[in-house]
Formats: sequence, C-alpha cells, structure tokens
Amino acid sequence: MGAIAGTVGRGLRWVAAVLGLPVALLVLWWVLSADSETFYLPPLSEILAAFDDVWLRSDRLQADVLPSLLRLSAGFILAVVLGVGLGVLIGSFRRVRAFFEPVLEFLRAVPPPVLVPVLMLFAGFGNTMKVLVVLSGCVWPILLNTVEGVRAVDEVLTETCRCYGIRGPARVWHLVIRSASPQILTGLRQALSVGIILMVISEMFAANNGLGFSIIQFQRTFAVTNMWTGILLLGLLGFLLAVLLRLFERRALHWYFGLRQSQRDDGHR
Amino acid sequence: MTPTATVPPPAATAPVSTGRSGGTGPRGGNALLGLLGFATFLALLEVVPRTGLVSANYLPPTSRIAGALAELLGEGRFWVAVTDTLQGWFLGLAIAVALGVVVGFVIGTVPVLREFTASTIEFLRPIPSVALIPLAVLLFGSELNSVLLLVVYAAFWQVLVQVLYGVRDVDPVARDTAYTFGFSRWTRIRHLLWPTALPYLLTGIRLAAAVALILAITAELIIGAPGLGNEINRAQSGGAVDSMYALIIVTGLLGVAVNVLARRLERAVLSWHPSVRGEESP
Repeated sequence: MGAIAGTVGRGLRWVAAVLGLPVALLVLWWVLSADSETFYLPPLSEILAAFDDVWLRSDRLQADVLPSLLRLSAGFILAVVLGVGLGVLIGSFRRVRAFFEPVLEFLRAVPPPVLVPVLMLFAGFGNTMKVLVVLSGCVWPILLNTVEGVRAVDEVLTETCRCYGIRGPARVWHLVIRSASPQILTGLRQALSVGIILMVISEMFAANNGLGFSIIQFQRTFAVTNMWTGILLLGLLGFLLAVLLRLFERRALHWYFGLRQSQRDDGHR
Repeated sequence: MTPTATVPPPAATAPVSTGRSGGTGPRGGNALLGLLGFATFLALLEVVPRTGLVSANYLPPTSRIAGALAELLGEGRFWVAVTDTLQGWFLGLAIAVALGVVVGFVIGTVPVLREFTASTIEFLRPIPSVALIPLAVLLFGSELNSVLLLVVYAAFWQVLVQVLYGVRDVDPVARDTAYTFGFSRWTRIRHLLWPTALPYLLTGIRLAAAVALILAITAELIIGAPGLGNEINRAQSGGAVDSMYALIIVTGLLGVAVNVLARRLERAVLSWHPSVRGEESP
C-alpha cells in the first residue's frame, strides 16, 4: 500500500512539475490582463475567444496554415536530402573538405533572411521562392553538422568495415550515416528553428496567404486581438514541430542514448 | 526527470568543439586548397553571369559586386548602418547573456526550481522569435527597442539552456569532496559550479552571438529599423542589385567575424581547460 501511495505521490508531483508553472503563468496573464484597457495588450479571455473564430471557424486553417506548413516541409526535406548528401560527400574526402570549407563557412555566416530579397529577384513572389528561402537557410546547419559527424566516424569501425568488405551504399548507410546521425539530428534541430523563422519571414515580405502574411496583415490593420491569436498559433506550431522532431530523434537515436547512458553509468562507478 | 527535460543534445555534451584542427594532413596544404576553393567560387560567380547563363540583372559578376563594395566603403551612410547593426547586436547579446547567466544559475542550483521550470522552458524556447515582430512594431515602432526585443528573446534561450546543462554537469566526486571539506555556498559556486559551467556558457555565448546577428539584421530588414538589413531592403527596392549583393557580402563577413571572435574568446577564457589545451599541443 505504501508503495502504491508513493507511486501516486510521485505521479502527482510530476504532473505538478510539468503543468504547475505554465498554468500559473496563464492564470497570471488572465488575471492581470482581465480589465486591460491597453490597446496593445487585450485581455487573455478575449484572445482565446477570438482564437476559435479566427483560426478554427474560418477557412484560414486550410487557406493560410496549410500552405505555410507545406512550404516549410518542402524546403526542409529538400535541405535534408541536399545537406546530408553533400555532407557525406564532403566529409568523406579530406581534400574535398579542405577545398570547400572556407566557402561553406562564409555561406553559413550570411544571415539567411538577407537572401529573401535575392531569391525574390530569381524566383518572383511565388511558392518556389518561399521553398527556396527555407531550403537556403536550412541546408547549412545540416550540411556542416553532417560533415563534422562523418569526419568523426570511429576508425576501428571503418577498419572493421574494410575487413568485412562492406563498401558502397551499404557502407554509407550502415557506417557513415549511422555514425554521423547524432550530429545530423543536431543539424536538423537547428535547421528546423531556422526554417520556421524563414517561412514566416518570406511570407511577411511578399505573399497573399500564409501564417506570416495573416499575422502581418492583422498588425497592419490594427486587429490586435487577432494578431495575438496568430502569435499564439505560431508559438504552438513551433513547439509542436520541435516535439515531433524530438520524438523522431528518440526513435532514430535510441541506440545512441542507450550507449551514452551506459558509458555514463560506467564512468561514475 | 520529466519527459520534457530531455537528454542534452549531442552538441551540448561536447561544450568545446574539437574545432577544425583535427585534420591529419599538412595544414598548409589544406589552407592552400581552401584558398583555391574560394578563388574558384569567385571565378564561377564572375563567369556564370558573363556567359549569360544567369542574367546579370539578377546575379552581377564578382567584379561589379566588388566595385559596388568599394564604393560603399567610401560612404558615411554605410558606416552608420554598420554601427547601427553592431549596436543592436551587441546590446541585445549583452542583455541576453546577463539574463541567461543569472536565471540559469538560479534555476540550475535549486533542484525544485529546475524541476518546475523545465516544461515551461521547453515550451517557450521553440517559439520563433519572428512571431514577436508584429508586437515589437506595435510597441516600439521601427526603433532600436524593437530590434532588442527580438534579439534578446532569441539569444536568451541559447545561453540559458547551455548554462542549465553546465550547472548539471558538475562532477559528483568533486561535489562530494566540496561538501566533505565544508566549502561555503559561495566558495562552491566560485570554484566548483562556475568552472564547470564556463565551457557550456561560452558555447552558449557563441551560439547566441550568431543568432543575435541574424535577428538584428532580420529586424532591420522587416521592421525597417536603421542598419544593414534596412539598407539591403532599400537597395533591393531601388533596383541597385550590385550594392544589394555587396551589402549581403558585408553581412556574411560580419557573421564570419562574429564566429572568429567567439572562438578566440573561448580559447582565451578556457586556456586552462583540457579540451583547449589538448587542441593546441597535439
């Protein structure tokens, strides 16, 4: 009985720890903004009430949110293919790496949003431009992390592969990509946050639909409450996508986390 | 541990990256190859528009961009823009680092706080800072404060999360030793926590410095606050393609400079740390 009570107690404590502060903050926001007269900070109750009308009871989910997400995923997936592909290539050969490194370092250092005007020149204002903008920002973190990861492949494993005559695609898939995957996932995580930012920015610049477009439109027409719902939605979306990537990472890297856990346990004994 | 307080990402566990010196070959040869690579890149950008493969109206040849860059360097207006951008970057970064260190140490050293803030931090962190652009515009207009709001929000999380990892990384043996010797709270922070968290903090600062520059320029580009981003926007809408590219190259060079500076700082501050010492005497 005591054990069960202990488990329940721990469970309750866990729930309190996870939900406590967010709930407290929301309540605080609700109470403090309840009779807010400030034009820029409408009461939370109004924002939440408007959220429903603005996003769920209209066709905005389909007309604005969906296109944004499609552009984001198209750019992101292209960046993964390109970044991992080129990264494996560049990382595998020392001379190729030495040749490309300074150029890559420079290109990475260019703040991605400044490419929006450039890509507008090339690709106009359409979807192509927006996908390219996302791609152009996402590809660097993935590429450079892949190069680092490929470079750090364990020599013993490389030799083992050579002994067993594992080469070609099998070697790339089972040894190189697998060894580099923790680094690649780090790159994906960095790329995702850059990608969301770029998706929104490209829509703020020139678009007639999309999440960024809607939010900027609300702001320009001083529909402040609606603007707040947009900010909330964008935050929620960023959070959800990050969680999705985390789940994927957990699945893809469970062997790696296990390995590290056991190494850590050994180290402390 | 709550499910949201996840294992530190691989990058965070290696606070001081082994850098680019891990190569086995002769370094001089590598540098030469790199130079060759850069020259090829520039030559390609010169040839492609000249052969008409891409219209020179979209992508001017390198020489024309270089000309525009030289012209820019002589203009006072350009240097004002550079100063504005650097001001937004530095102020934002400084505020974010200060906040990140204070909040990180407070939360990190009090287990209850750490437990109860984990989910909130994980929730707030992925919110893209550009979501705040409309709010910043409404609150501050196109002024420095708008830029700072975005920069601080984006850079703060980088520092905070690294400091949290750092504080958690204290070696149990060292911690027990400190308790055994009866070190005071302050001594423990000064001689145990601080040195442990420092490499993580510097990683956080390096990441935050890059993010802060991106956000400063983005804010200028979109909100219209004075600075390089705003100049790029003007050049683009005015059809001055050459200067637009020249300005973009300047932002890239600033980015490189920020990275190099951050690495220098890391080496200088961590000269005692094994990962840095090992790097310099291979």
